[in-house]
Amino acid sequence: MLKILKYSFYDLIRSRWSYVYFLFYLLMGFVLLFLNNDLSKAVITLMNIIIVLVPLIGTIFGIMYYYNSKEFTELLLAQPIKRSSIFLGQYLGVALSLSMSLVIGLGIPFLVYGINTSVAIWDFGLLLVSGSMLTLIFTSLAFVIALKNENKIKGFGYAILLWLFMAVIYDGLFLMSLMFFEDYPLDKFSLIATLLNPVDLSRVLILLKLDISALLGYTGAVFQQFFGTSLGFFLSLFMLGVWFIVPTFIMQRIAMKKDF
Amino acid sequence: MIEVREIYKQFGQNKVLEGIDLKIETKGIFAILGPNGSGKTTLIKSILGMVIPDKGSIQIDGKAIKGEWNYRNNIDYLPQIANFPGNLSVQELINMIKDLRSNKKADDQRLIELFRLEPFLNKKLSNLSGGTKQKVNLVLTFMFDSPLIILDEPTTGLDPIAHIRLKQLINEEKAKGKTVLITSHIMSFVEEVSDQIVFILEGKIYFKGTIPELKSKTNESDFEHAIASILTASYA
Repeated sequence: MLKILKYSFYDLIRSRWSYVYFLFYLLMGFVLLFLNNDLSKAVITLMNIIIVLVPLIGTIFGIMYYYNSKEFTELLLAQPIKRSSIFLGQYLGVALSLSMSLVIGLGIPFLVYGINTSVAIWDFGLLLVSGSMLTLIFTSLAFVIALKNENKIKGFGYAILLWLFMAVIYDGLFLMSLMFFEDYPLDKFSLIATLLNPVDLSRVLILLKLDISALLGYTGAVFQQFFGTSLGFFLSLFMLGVWFIVPTFIMQRIAMKKDF
Repeated sequence: MIEVREIYKQFGQNKVLEGIDLKIETKGIFAILGPNGSGKTTLIKSILGMVIPDKGSIQIDGKAIKGEWNYRNNIDYLPQIANFPGNLSVQELINMIKDLRSNKKADDQRLIELFRLEPFLNKKLSNLSGGTKQKVNLVLTFMFDSPLIILDEPTTGLDPIAHIRLKQLINEEKAKGKTVLITSHIMSFVEEVSDQIVFILEGKIYFKGTIPELKSKTNESDFEHAIASILTASYA
């Protein structure tokens, strides 16, 4: 598996898109940090961008990589390698190269800014961790979709829909249901609804860490009240882990049964 | 060596293999023939474990292949469509496949010279012509010394010289005592190289035997006509 991972990774970090993605974060990091004198505000702005952009790029890259390397995957399948190693290797290759663009792209401006001497280093570290988690989660979801759909157009369509649903529509539905059922106790409902969406989950996670109750919103407030800051923090981190492990497992199951 | 027992495979509504029984015990060159869509590639891919049959079993050297992957160490496979990651150069691809099978000795230099691939070694794979890609594909297949070689349409896109070299190569492998499975639609090529014919029709083995046996069975003196007579009989 490590060999496959190595080659996917090399192939990807030489692609132009990895650099574009990296430069984007680099530029954004510099602009937000040096034009903004409040560090936690910069972190929040970055968070808002990351939790929307990272899932989008993760899904698109994941699905593109799978379809583009399809014939090559067939070549690998005829080699003495375990099936699960091939797909796990390719998936981690994509996810790790994307995470690297994110971590290094944002890491450089933060280091230049001198964040390693300030207390905000933990907030910032968490931002990078949840960004990387989101990359892992959405790339694995993209691989599941790609493995299920032979038709590229359909695969792309489902992937975009998934992103749109998780990043945009979900919140809308959530808010609407909160308004609609406002006469009922909604604490548990909103807790569960948040746990079921990795995008919301990472938002709550970062906001809990930043401890800005004004920005927590309804869910965050319920979360904080229900679990207290540290339990809520670990629970959401744990759920993000589940969100990464379950699709990876499903991906392996599908790959084992598929015909090529 | 290879034992395929009663395998069935269906893609959606399309029944491709309907109870294939095939036993290949001896060494030599076996041509798998059949009309388009008769299931030749599906059969080959089942042997390689790329397609998972709905029913039946496949054994190689007495061991069932289901869920196994180590047995592919003893198989060299040439896929029908040669498509490689575009960002890599030819040399990098060859090194990569060598690296994946690092327990085996690779004889790539001789093959690179044989197919005159030296000028392309540092070119990116996305810039190669179809025929050159097929030559790279052949190098990747023949560079390992495995007892079983499976070639799916090996002649596609090759120029006449490469074609002659390929035939030499196949005969060399045969002389080493290997088993070679070939699918091809070029009958003159099949007639020249193969020892035995396996003819698949409508998902079943229709005929297995030597070319003279096929000729006498169909009452034709010419191999191409013998194949054509089976096909017209089945279309009627």
